[in-house]
Amino acid sequence: MFAYICRRVLATIPVMAIVALFVFSLLYIAPGDPASIIAGDQASPADVERIRAALGLDRPFLVRFATWLWDVLRGDLGTSIFTNLPVTKMIGQRIQPTVSLMVITLTISLCTAIPLGVVAAWKQGSWIDRFAMVISTLGFSVPVFVVGYLLAYVFALWLDWVPVQGYTPIEQGIGPWFANLILPAIALGLIYMALIARITRATMLEVLSQDYVRTARAKGVAQQGILFVHALKNAAVPIITVVGIGFAALIGGAVVTESVFAIPGLGRLTVDAILRRDYPVIQGVVLMFSFVYVLVNLGVDLLYTLFDPRIRY
Amino acid sequence: MKRRTLLTAAAATLAAPRLSLAQNTRVLKFVPQANLSSMDAVAGTQYVVRNAAMMVWDTLYGIDSSFTPKHMMVEGHEVNSDFSVWTFKLRAGLKFHDGGAVTTRDVIASLKRWMVRDTMGQQIAARLDALEAIDDLSFRYRLNKPFPKMLFALGKSNAPMALIMPERIAATDPFQLIKEYVGSGPMKFNVKEWVPGATAVFEKYESYPVRQEAGDWSSGAKRMNFDRIEWIIMPDGATASAALQNGEVDWWENPIPDVVPLLKRNRNLNVDIGDPFGNIGSFRMNHLNPPFDKVGVRRAVMMALSQADYMQAVVGDDTALWKLCPGFFTPGSPMYTEAGGNLLKGPRDYEGAKKLLKESGYNGEKIQLVVPVDVAITKAEGDVTADLLAKIGMNVNYLATDWGTTGTIRAKKDPVDKGGWNIFHTWHAGADCVNPAPYTALDAGGDKAWFGWPKSDKVQAGIAEWYAAPDQAAEKAACVKINEASFENVTYIPTGFFLQYTAWRKNVSGIVKSPFPVFWGVEKS
Repeated sequence: MFAYICRRVLATIPVMAIVALFVFSLLYIAPGDPASIIAGDQASPADVERIRAALGLDRPFLVRFATWLWDVLRGDLGTSIFTNLPVTKMIGQRIQPTVSLMVITLTISLCTAIPLGVVAAWKQGSWIDRFAMVISTLGFSVPVFVVGYLLAYVFALWLDWVPVQGYTPIEQGIGPWFANLILPAIALGLIYMALIARITRATMLEVLSQDYVRTARAKGVAQQGILFVHALKNAAVPIITVVGIGFAALIGGAVVTESVFAIPGLGRLTVDAILRRDYPVIQGVVLMFSFVYVLVNLGVDLLYTLFDPRIRY
Repeated sequence: MKRRTLLTAAAATLAAPRLSLAQNTRVLKFVPQANLSSMDAVAGTQYVVRNAAMMVWDTLYGIDSSFTPKHMMVEGHEVNSDFSVWTFKLRAGLKFHDGGAVTTRDVIASLKRWMVRDTMGQQIAARLDALEAIDDLSFRYRLNKPFPKMLFALGKSNAPMALIMPERIAATDPFQLIKEYVGSGPMKFNVKEWVPGATAVFEKYESYPVRQEAGDWSSGAKRMNFDRIEWIIMPDGATASAALQNGEVDWWENPIPDVVPLLKRNRNLNVDIGDPFGNIGSFRMNHLNPPFDKVGVRRAVMMALSQADYMQAVVGDDTALWKLCPGFFTPGSPMYTEAGGNLLKGPRDYEGAKKLLKESGYNGEKIQLVVPVDVAITKAEGDVTADLLAKIGMNVNYLATDWGTTGTIRAKKDPVDKGGWNIFHTWHAGADCVNPAPYTALDAGGDKAWFGWPKSDKVQAGIAEWYAAPDQAAEKAACVKINEASFENVTYIPTGFFLQYTAWRKNVSGIVKSPFPVFWGVEKS
């Protein structure tokens, strides 16, 4: 197992190298120019050109790539073209809100979707099953920003229970921190919840029809025990796979959610950087997201062995 | 613990930060027009950067609401009879936020950096014999030609502004952004709390020597009634609207037109025109590429262009927000004139336009219309233009893109088939169009002009005449000539004049109409 983990961690190196080359090339070919944005709309073409030169954007591709790669290898993701702040510092400023949002979203989603899927499978064809499926279809169909606006209107503007927007660091109190994140987490988590609930239901239906479940029932095992100890454990592998895949969707959804609720997270940083063509920031953030995604996949693979002892690496 | 007690405690915990936030009258929460992505209003000309910089850095002169320069960092000045030798004396005791005294070394370094980037600064540089310190508080400009507009140049709020920075910061290449944000203005920039794209925090500079004269735009007393001003960047208009209604923010600089009716109905909010000088929409053609290299083709488009169509698309049905503008200068400003603008008035003449297009040699070439669809105003203008050009029989290629890409495309002088362009849209702040100095888009100097590279000797002669004008009557005469020549040449086509609202909570007072948000004098009860 240890050897496997080492191999997988080492395998992230070429993956990250490919991502780095891909992102850098894509940004190089993509149109757009940070110099014209810095200069502003009223600047003359000559001024824009001078700013481009001052930023080093007129240097050849290979020179720019080699310089950037060398810096990255030394742990330096560069400096923002606009703010002159180190990219690592900018990412550091934004990590807590995004991680907090992810943690609450995952917690709410998993705690809601798995029981919902299990019960829907157990009571297949009943009103509970239909209700669960309606909820999950809605979760799939309604865009994140629509859910976000609706939640903000009802719970923030109308009932005045929580703030409309913003983020309070956890150091300033769990209450305010949670109050700022609960609506975005629900909005973001809805699609995730739907995905997990559906896959849980489908897998559980298959498992519940297995012989060993009938045997357990015949032996007099309680329903809860059958569902959550015997069946769910055997249904866990596909569910974990979907949880892992859904993580990417969650990162994408965070971009929209953070904009709607004005949360200063990594999603907004990415969008702002793309709109401004702040190349070092885009490259840094994409590299970081790729790394996290590779780690999540590794985590998922390791979890398989926990739930299914037949799986060996 | 009883369940009800627990729930009450939980609710109180959630509500607590919001109560304290609402009760804090020493903190102003402001939603700016855009993200504050940098903090250098000399290297860049973005309005949002200029607005932030005006709190942090002071200027030698300020401009009041009648566009008259007033003393700010200077105690006084002397000028010779032909406006070629200007001697200035700084106020004693001025200090930067880091405690360093403001001296003529800082001023001269700052002015040297500014002169490289600013149009008026470049005019001064072209006449410059010497910019010299007399002592720590006095300095002198010696010019080889008169420059009557010196005080306006040093005080204007159009970017790039002549902001005074410590010498070490002002030594930065004018084409690179500064890395230290130390000024001598009424607010200090808190770099530690700056989260670009999310928040920017300004803290009161207690040692700021407030002038005794009444505050008026960038002149007079800049008395701050807040210990902190927090800029909260909200990319989403609906969220900003909800936050303002909920009291989470105090002032929203530019509400999107869609939510204005909702804000107006809220009894806790004030909604009013923020900048009385508004904006002038711009239909910008590339004078280098066919068919717009022919003045007849440019005029044909102007004959058919309806400003009302553009304005309704940009700001909607609220007629208080727009008016026709058959002139290049800002309506309501002293230089405004409609001389030469007849082609933009009256019913639109599509048949006449088609005929003129044919006579001018337009043969159905493809028109590359670059439309940044991520900016609501340019998207609306682009849609109207696509429709207009189709109506007069032009072959349009609608290139939907984003603003960042437009910045690259519009800088290209190449032919259309090699990535060049024919038309793009933008808008110019009315405060930049009150006279020719900050009005980059009006310049018709050919290769050195703004994007589109229009060329007209008559326009350039008019601009030179304005610079030399000794009084307002002479300035107006020059502007009439510029306006006529600009229409004759069709330097660009103004698509109308439009205003924007600003919205704030009723417990905030002292907000004035101005081309930029004026924070001094604002209070919160």
